[in-house]
Amino acid sequence: MEKVYTRPRSLKRVTFHYCPGCGHSIVHRIMCEVIDEMNLQERVIGIPPPGCSVFAYHYFDVDMAESAHGRGAAVATGIKRAHPEAIVFTYQGDGDLAAIGTAETIHAANRGERVTAIFINNAVYGMTGGQMAPTTLLEQKTTTTPYGRDIKLEGYPIKISEMLALTKGAVYIERTAVNSPANIRKTKKAIRKAFQTQIDDLGFSLVEILSPCPTNWRMTPIEAWQWIDRVMTKEFPLGVIKDITGKQDAD
Amino acid sequence: MSTKGYIEIDQELCKGCEICIHFCPKHAISQSNKMNASGYPPASFDSSGECTGCAICAVVCPEVAIEVYRG
Amino acid sequence: MAKVLMSGNAAIGEAAIRAGCQCYFGYPITPQNELTEYMATHLSRRKGCSFIQAESEISAINMVYGASLTGARAMTSSSSPGISLKQEGISYLAACELPAVIVNMSRGGPGLGSISAAQSDYFQATRGGGHGDYRTIVLAPSSVQELADFTHQAFDLADKYLIPVIILGDGMLGQMMEPVEFKHEAPEELPIRSRALRGAKDRPSRIIKTFTSKPAELEELNWSLFRRYQLIKKQETTCDTFMVEDARLIVVAFGIAARIAKGAIKTARSNGLKVGMLRPITLWPFPSEKVQELAKNTKQFLVFEMNMGQMVEDVQLALSGKGEVSFYGRPGGVIPTPSEVYKVISRLYYQKGLK
Repeated sequence: MEKVYTRPRSLKRVTFHYCPGCGHSIVHRIMCEVIDEMNLQERVIGIPPPGCSVFAYHYFDVDMAESAHGRGAAVATGIKRAHPEAIVFTYQGDGDLAAIGTAETIHAANRGERVTAIFINNAVYGMTGGQMAPTTLLEQKTTTTPYGRDIKLEGYPIKISEMLALTKGAVYIERTAVNSPANIRKTKKAIRKAFQTQIDDLGFSLVEILSPCPTNWRMTPIEAWQWIDRVMTKEFPLGVIKDITGKQDAD
Repeated sequence: MSTKGYIEIDQELCKGCEICIHFCPKHAISQSNKMNASGYPPASFDSSGECTGCAICAVVCPEVAIEVYRG
Repeated sequence: MAKVLMSGNAAIGEAAIRAGCQCYFGYPITPQNELTEYMATHLSRRKGCSFIQAESEISAINMVYGASLTGARAMTSSSSPGISLKQEGISYLAACELPAVIVNMSRGGPGLGSISAAQSDYFQATRGGGHGDYRTIVLAPSSVQELADFTHQAFDLADKYLIPVIILGDGMLGQMMEPVEFKHEAPEELPIRSRALRGAKDRPSRIIKTFTSKPAELEELNWSLFRRYQLIKKQETTCDTFMVEDARLIVVAFGIAARIAKGAIKTARSNGLKVGMLRPITLWPFPSEKVQELAKNTKQFLVFEMNMGQMVEDVQLALSGKGEVSFYGRPGGVIPTPSEVYKVISRLYYQKGLK
């Protein structure tokens, strides 16, 4: 028998601190698979956020640096401008990228910075205990919307990826999920395409990944994975939001 | 003749999320009734079942706890 | 090379380029826009260099952080309200032991304030400004030549000690035009700093971070930073004195205030008053030892600054009661004249019965 599936080389042999069923673990692994397959381990510099994934540097065996909350896109800009040979990615949650980091994200996209944003959308602020995020759904209960998100008081879930698509500098934006084998495979393909966009010097790329947060959604892992299909994708439909790279998808 | 496969689940990495159990098309994985050192009941592979080495379990496992063999 | 007539803001830009500054990220704010524009003109097209007018001062300092991570010499500039925005970023730079140069051409505050020169960011610059226990080296130039010299020096100090360095100028220094001589040419290439993030090629991957779930780890970082600060205090404290040898009253002033005070002191001397001046050049580390040394022969000190009293506290701390401190300040961007300061000096001189 032949071993057909094992831990990617650039994923350190460390137990994840993430909750059972958390999407971060899946995304870290498939990102490392892509880094291995594209032979990028020596070129990648990653910027994790404050948040549950603040410890991403314990798992990715690549150069990494912490960033202030929301500023990942600016830090990535500084890195890429000073050292263009690097393949730079930010790894950001929904608050980091679309609340406190909105300006930095939009302007990095608008400038067409050759960086890749991996945007983990779990509709909640995980690390801090489950508060409302910009992407929290209407009527969703969180610790700061205990009566459910109310249009009049809290407005609507924000579609930052669709907004970023309006900037000419953003050339590839796709929304995927990591709640099923098929979706995980599509996410991996999207991540590979995003990195390729950067390698080909085309512009800003972003993959928004709907990610389960069983703990703060107060669900079991299986329920959380299913909730993404049943509820989240109605508000955040999966698929390519923008692709002007002119390249066919590699397989 | 369909391919034969088997998997190894690292009992100490597993966090008992049961996602692999949910997605396995051959129902070859079940939850153990023992606890690992972290206090989770890990997933356990039934080697007498009909595993084809499709690797869906490994793809969905958040903990990278599963290695898959096929042949 | 020959002297050229240049504004302070432009001189900073030229000096930075000659120091090998690779990246400048800034945002428009009066009274330092000429510096941002100088970099847009002269840095942006240089090979291997990068200029961005960022979307905010916050973004700019974080871009500096990113560039510094890769080992590049990086710089940002702003004025008081914009420097307030940068405080979180400066705390991160200090925590991660990353070199950077931050230029503050101060203006009147607080709030949106005025666009005129003031010195009311002394506390912000010398007390760490952002959260946490850290210090940054603070240099206080008082002429266009010093703006150029200190800018060049700032990059070297930042790299030597892995610390952010603040150049605390003001709106007047930035706008005034004086002859300046640039003593350095831009380097062909700078060595890559060790501990830079450039991709894990031929070495293990590297992490730059300070967040920890173990307080003892963070405690050790703090102790290690402060050991470095002790070294900087010993090696880099700098000040200038003017006619202090026989002075009965010593004026303490920095930056543009020192220029104004010098004029007042010359008038005082021509009227027979024995007045001198101590001009701190590094505001952090503050030249406390020099103050104590001067206090052996002189008991009266007049601190003159363009604020409500900030450096005066450091002078009082340094003296520890071994001298008497008076204060004269004007906040809000009002520029006092030498004759006004002379009147304050002479009144104090006679009030204290000095001969």
